[in-house]
Amino acid sequence: MPNVIEVESLIKTFGAITAVDGISFEVRRGEIFGFLGPNGAGKTTTTRMLTGVVPIDGGSVRIFGHDIQKEPVLAKQRFGVVPETSNAYVDLTAWQNLMLVGDLYGLGRPRAERRSSDLLEILGLSGRRDQKVKGYSKGMKQRLILAMALLHEPELLFLDEPTSGLDVQSTQMILGLLRDLNADGTTIFLTTHNMEEANRLCDRVGIIRSGKMVAIDAPERLKTAIDREHQVEVSFDRPVPAEAIAGLDGVAGASRTGDVWQITTGNPDLTIRSLVAFSGDRGVTILTLNTLAPSLDRAFLRLTGEERP
Amino acid sequence: MNPAAYGEQVRRAWVIARKDIRVYYLKGPVLIFGIFMPVFLFLAFFLGGRQLPLAFLVSGLVGMTLFFTSTAVSPAIFPWEGQARTLERLAACPVTVEAIVLGDMIASTLFGIGVTAITLLIGLGLGLPLLHGIVLGFGILIAACCFSGLGMLLAVPPTNLPSNIMMLSTLLKFPLVFISGIFVPLEQMPAWGLTLAACSPLTYFTDVVRYAFSGVHYFPVMVDIAALALFALVFTAAAMRLHRRSMPRRL
Repeated sequence: MPNVIEVESLIKTFGAITAVDGISFEVRRGEIFGFLGPNGAGKTTTTRMLTGVVPIDGGSVRIFGHDIQKEPVLAKQRFGVVPETSNAYVDLTAWQNLMLVGDLYGLGRPRAERRSSDLLEILGLSGRRDQKVKGYSKGMKQRLILAMALLHEPELLFLDEPTSGLDVQSTQMILGLLRDLNADGTTIFLTTHNMEEANRLCDRVGIIRSGKMVAIDAPERLKTAIDREHQVEVSFDRPVPAEAIAGLDGVAGASRTGDVWQITTGNPDLTIRSLVAFSGDRGVTILTLNTLAPSLDRAFLRLTGEERP
Repeated sequence: MNPAAYGEQVRRAWVIARKDIRVYYLKGPVLIFGIFMPVFLFLAFFLGGRQLPLAFLVSGLVGMTLFFTSTAVSPAIFPWEGQARTLERLAACPVTVEAIVLGDMIASTLFGIGVTAITLLIGLGLGLPLLHGIVLGFGILIAACCFSGLGMLLAVPPTNLPSNIMMLSTLLKFPLVFISGIFVPLEQMPAWGLTLAACSPLTYFTDVVRYAFSGVHYFPVMVDIAALALFALVFTAAAMRLHRRSMPRRL
């Protein structure tokens, strides 16, 4: 089965407010799918419906072919969930939390103990396994939550802002682990605000705005489809007139900040050639020359209506 | 292993019960409450009701102890878990709402039985003869399930503030004690009092305990047991059905 998650015309309403308005998408086996959107767009509500935490009001969700409403237990058995806020039992130790999760997923005790030891080691919590979670830092709690979600070796992992507010060490540890898990075949559904994270990790991203899905594609294709203009930044060893830069072949627009020219172009190759020729003709030296590809941030802002094209 | 099978869900309910006992019941204040409550209730009964026979007093005491302890913690577990967001963890795990409710009930039942055993030891220590031990044991088991089911019903309103639930719980529990033949024997009640008493599961349990200690009873013992079993079934089924509806509103 190529699709792990199949969402069709999904709807969720709260009174008169439609939080999720008929969205449809699929997540393929083995991919990292980024789910992006501004605050209040319906990301968390959608994730909660996908994981069977809240009921759906319309449409359908199938996880590994199991309808999340009709066969919730069979679906939940095959995925793990890492919520944004830690929800381990703070009066239990890390080890007790892991054993509890192992029992809830029907793991035998030897397997639960072996997996727990391995995960605590990988996530740098071995030395604190017998400490109550109430004494953990935010980063430690988040790593423990990840360990709890991975204990039963799920084929699908849902993560909601897994690195939000974490230090660099915890962030890198978690992102590295996600890459390794994906390389081993785990499908990952990642809800995030972090464009850089989505850009680096995800095979495809879906962008939701006001409860509707506005785009689904690979980050690179999405960026170039939404924003075809590249930016070229150039600086010279002495001032050059604006009209000379604006008149070069390939240049769609130019503005200057300090001694750096920001040039907008639909054809970066032609623009660079023009700039080099200009430099030779005028006898000015190029000090710096950078090309900036369209960013996922800009694509996101345009799609979510927070920046005008 | 089929995780959705009834047997597997019951096993997972037991896992939730063990978690409840560890997280909510094995706490200093809860244990102290569990030990001191029957002792203080006994003193209150003993000092305030010298004119009543000891068997009657101990029967009422056992009834109150099981009733109060089985409904003491269980109503607050759902609000506590909702507040701490651990309920969301359980909701995302492969366990049904029914299994979560059953797990909470099992923990509450065991706590109620454990504390009631202390009260029974006090009664036996005072030289009260136990005439029908098996009936008493069976009655305690069914009544503990019944009262735990009632406790879970009290937890249905989808608030995550335990104080709200505890207030509602107190409002319901105390009037029940007064109509259940604990302070006034059923034989001395007026007709309207008896009608009210018949609506309370505590009445039937108190009657069973009186029978076990003194051989005296108002209803036939089988009626008492059947009534308790019926209440237990109704409370459990209603709690499971209503929690299924209200749980998403806590999350």
